Amino acid sequence: MSTATTPALRARNEAKARRGDRIFKSVAAVAGSSITIAIGLIAIFLLVHAIPSLRANHANFFTSAQFDTADSNNLAFGIRDLLMVTVLSSLCAMALAVPVAVGIAVFLTQYAPARLSRPFGALVDLLAAVPSIVFGLWGIFVLAPQVSPIETFLNHHLGWLFLFKAGNVSLAGGGNILTAGVVLSVMVLPIITSVSREVFRQTPGPHIEAAQALGATKWEVVRMTVLPFGRSGVVAASMLGLGRALGETVAVLIILRAAARPGNWSVFDGGYTFASKIASAANEFSEPLPTGAYIAAGFVLFVLTFLVNAAARAIVGRAVKT
Amino acid sequence: MSAPTLDLPVKAPAIVPISIRRRIKNNIAAMLFVTSFVIALVPLGWLLWVVIQRGWYAIIQPGWWTHSLRGVLPEQFAGGVYHALYGTVVQAAVAAFLAVPLGFMTAVYLAEYRSSRLARFTSFMVDVLAGLPSIVAALFIFSLWIATVGFQQSAFAVSLALVLLMLPIVVRSTEEMLKLVPDDLREASYALGIPKWKTIMRIVVPVAMPGIISGVLLSIARVMGETAPVLVLVGYSRSINFDIFNGNMASLPLLIYSELNNPEHAGFLRVWGAALTLIIVVAVVYLVATVANRLIAIRRR
Repeated sequence: MSTATTPALRARNEAKARRGDRIFKSVAAVAGSSITIAIGLIAIFLLVHAIPSLRANHANFFTSAQFDTADSNNLAFGIRDLLMVTVLSSLCAMALAVPVAVGIAVFLTQYAPARLSRPFGALVDLLAAVPSIVFGLWGIFVLAPQVSPIETFLNHHLGWLFLFKAGNVSLAGGGNILTAGVVLSVMVLPIITSVSREVFRQTPGPHIEAAQALGATKWEVVRMTVLPFGRSGVVAASMLGLGRALGETVAVLIILRAAARPGNWSVFDGGYTFASKIASAANEFSEPLPTGAYIAAGFVLFVLTFLVNAAARAIVGRAVKT
Repeated sequence: MSAPTLDLPVKAPAIVPISIRRRIKNNIAAMLFVTSFVIALVPLGWLLWVVIQRGWYAIIQPGWWTHSLRGVLPEQFAGGVYHALYGTVVQAAVAAFLAVPLGFMTAVYLAEYRSSRLARFTSFMVDVLAGLPSIVAALFIFSLWIATVGFQQSAFAVSLALVLLMLPIVVRSTEEMLKLVPDDLREASYALGIPKWKTIMRIVVPVAMPGIISGVLLSIARVMGETAPVLVLVGYSRSINFDIFNGNMASLPLLIYSELNNPEHAGFLRVWGAALTLIIVVAVVYLVATVANRLIAIRRR
């Protein structure tokens, strides 16, 4: 007994333990830093491969709507049309998904019976498990024929509004931005719902009880306590969903019809988003200069999603602290 | 003097009945909230129904699970998706093999050393990675692995891209599980003079293990359906290729995408059959995750 705890031995054990701790901590720190390094490398590599093509570009990268990369000596590409289709389809998705997601989150946290809230939530989360290519198939072959009459109706009666005027692809078949937006809204629904749900669940009990004590109905409780408390959380959730919608590739690629002329901010336009443009050309990536044009588009998408996600994260951080 | 008997309340009632307008508003709101939940279930049910209905015929054909499409003509409905199934499973497995150790150590760093400034910054970067579009991950691996280092397109390149997409999911779920372990366990261990690293590896991690395993399985299920990386990083092959470092390799999403160009009825059958197969594979992994979680929890008790 006494031999095992001689001071010398104890000191040696401690030194060994401290060394183990140091090694373990540095391994963990290196693993953690690898994430940061990966992000940095993504930015650097995309930029390095994009710059030669940007130098050889004969069109204005930001304002041109053409994307000609067939001849590497005469590259002419710009992102105007890609940006328009990407932003418009994502905004369509947001306009449809955010109200529904907030409704679901309120239903799950305030209305659903406590025992069923979790399984109901899991049901909504299942939407996130469906592969995006399956969403694409469903969107173009099943959903598009169903929404096509609605789109024709909108075009007929609201065509005076720039959003609903005739686009650059035919209305029949429904391969346009609005259909893509509907499918995207289904795809981003689970993420917006789950983040909003978490925020709503944190509504302080005393707030709710105070409202009830004043005789508020259930709806008034929700309007006076839950929604104001969760407002910034909902904004952050929507931005996370927006980030997802901006970068969605295959579903959009399958749904959107290619267009002969550039679009003009109508939801009945076709064309390509950043992601679907890159994916559509994926099997032609052999010459460095044309490939660089697509990598430049990818870099813009990377920056766009980075900004949206960072903003979402900043808002969430503030919402949790206060 | 006896107290006067009262046959009416002296004061006006404190609780006034709710006016009709407020009651109607309340009911409309409740109805809207329930409706929005139902709206979310419609596409889920509709989509599953369509995929099962259209894919069912293909997946019960003999040879669907055991044969590839080698030598099968576009208009001929024969063969199966064995080659694509192999690709999907192996690419995800290799990605998991690379992503799990890295993600696990990152999560340990974030959960157990969370006070440091680097940890907070890393946490931010994990969120950024979680928002990374899959096509950008694929482009990055393309420009690094194929355009710079000079390798050919291969299934391994796909796995590398999948690592980037898996990492944030693994890190977040593992971190959550580690944070759920009560601090009492850590303190009891420190009180016995056990160093921190041993406490983490022998006390904290085993307690969190069921959750960590199911988190890893869920992340595998999530990346199995990714299509963007396979479009950019590997070519499609109609026959089986076991070698992940060389040659083209099929996967279920890639098979669906290439059969979309097949106008024959056999193409239609294969597209929906492969879509159903993909959903079944993802569902199986989800199920295994749930069952594993339960089994381990029961054994522990």
